[in-house]
Amino acid sequence: MLSLALPRVSWAHRVPATAKLAGLLVLSLVLFPVKDPIILGGALAAVVMLTGSLGTSAMRQTMRFVVPLLFMVGLLLLFHIVFGQLRDGIAIVLRLLTMVLLANFVTMTTALSEMMALVEKLFAPFAKIGVNVRAVSVAMGLAIRFTPVLLTKSGLLFDAWRARSQKPARWRLVVPIGLAALDDAEQISDALRARGGVPSTRRSG
Amino acid sequence: MERNIAYVALFAALIVVLGLLPKFNLLSGVPITAQSLGVMLCGVVLGAKRGALAVLLFLLLVAIGLPFLAGGRGGIGVFATPSVGFLIGWPVAAFVTGLIMQRSAPASILWRALVASVIGGIVVLYAFGIPGMALMLEKDLITAAGFAMPFVPGDIIKAVAAGAIAQGLYGMRPRALISVKG
Repeated sequence: MLSLALPRVSWAHRVPATAKLAGLLVLSLVLFPVKDPIILGGALAAVVMLTGSLGTSAMRQTMRFVVPLLFMVGLLLLFHIVFGQLRDGIAIVLRLLTMVLLANFVTMTTALSEMMALVEKLFAPFAKIGVNVRAVSVAMGLAIRFTPVLLTKSGLLFDAWRARSQKPARWRLVVPIGLAALDDAEQISDALRARGGVPSTRRSG
Repeated sequence: MERNIAYVALFAALIVVLGLLPKFNLLSGVPITAQSLGVMLCGVVLGAKRGALAVLLFLLLVAIGLPFLAGGRGGIGVFATPSVGFLIGWPVAAFVTGLIMQRSAPASILWRALVASVIGGIVVLYAFGIPGMALMLEKDLITAAGFAMPFVPGDIIKAVAAGAIAQGLYGMRPRALISVKG
């Protein structure tokens, strides 16, 4: 399954994931109370340059992320124009875009494997209060593995529908897709058990 | 244990797949996707706990950078958008939907799932989504609610769909609807 992380290694890929996420957290907290459009504009320009330093494919992917937000941005600006607070509106939009782009930057420069390792590390302390960390990892792996499987099955159902009907299938196929998920889950649970199962928290101590 | 893990994982995958179904526009022009239908179904089919876990797993996969949100979006950036309240509300919505499904009087599956989806997937969800929007856009709750209103008709359609789909699934795999006992 394709991750949103960029395949080509950049300088930012070599920064450890923990450092990038900590930086993201700190910068988000710092930016949140800022109301000056000039400072926020500067911050946005800096993040755009940061993204630009990753190359054109990074810019393209970022645009794909930002475009759906533009509807909300337009609505927001219109609202502020109507109420005569354009300056506030611009500040909100600039901060929103800066934070979104910054987070997107971290996602694009951190490999999926690195993120998964980090998730396991973050979950580890919860083992003491009874969270089955092993089960979390297994569930993550299964979901990543079986999403494309379920997608392929849904694709076949859509093909079958198109071969028989001129009407668009729309949501009529949700029941068979749901059935596929239920049946797969039943078989996978048998398969997991046949392979020794997932140790529960209590046994692994 | 294994059964729970498998169901949670597969329903996280189901939310992804439903998010990729072609979206269609309401008469008002607001686009709706089936992704939040997936959240309702998690509660309706898996019950409170497993349903909420499936949605949490889905959000975890989105956060680590998989393009699993409707429109192929993902990454931590989605938690910085105005819709963050809705994302945080999703697992709670699935939990409440599942709880109502498990506790409701033995009526038809369709009605139980429909009512559970309306309360969990709309009332509870918007109780998170609207304050989230208000916070991110620096608006009062009434204004934020106004921004969210165009999406309500779509969500009502989805709750009805969730009821019909639950009925359909129950008809074919009565035992697989974990939320319904016996």
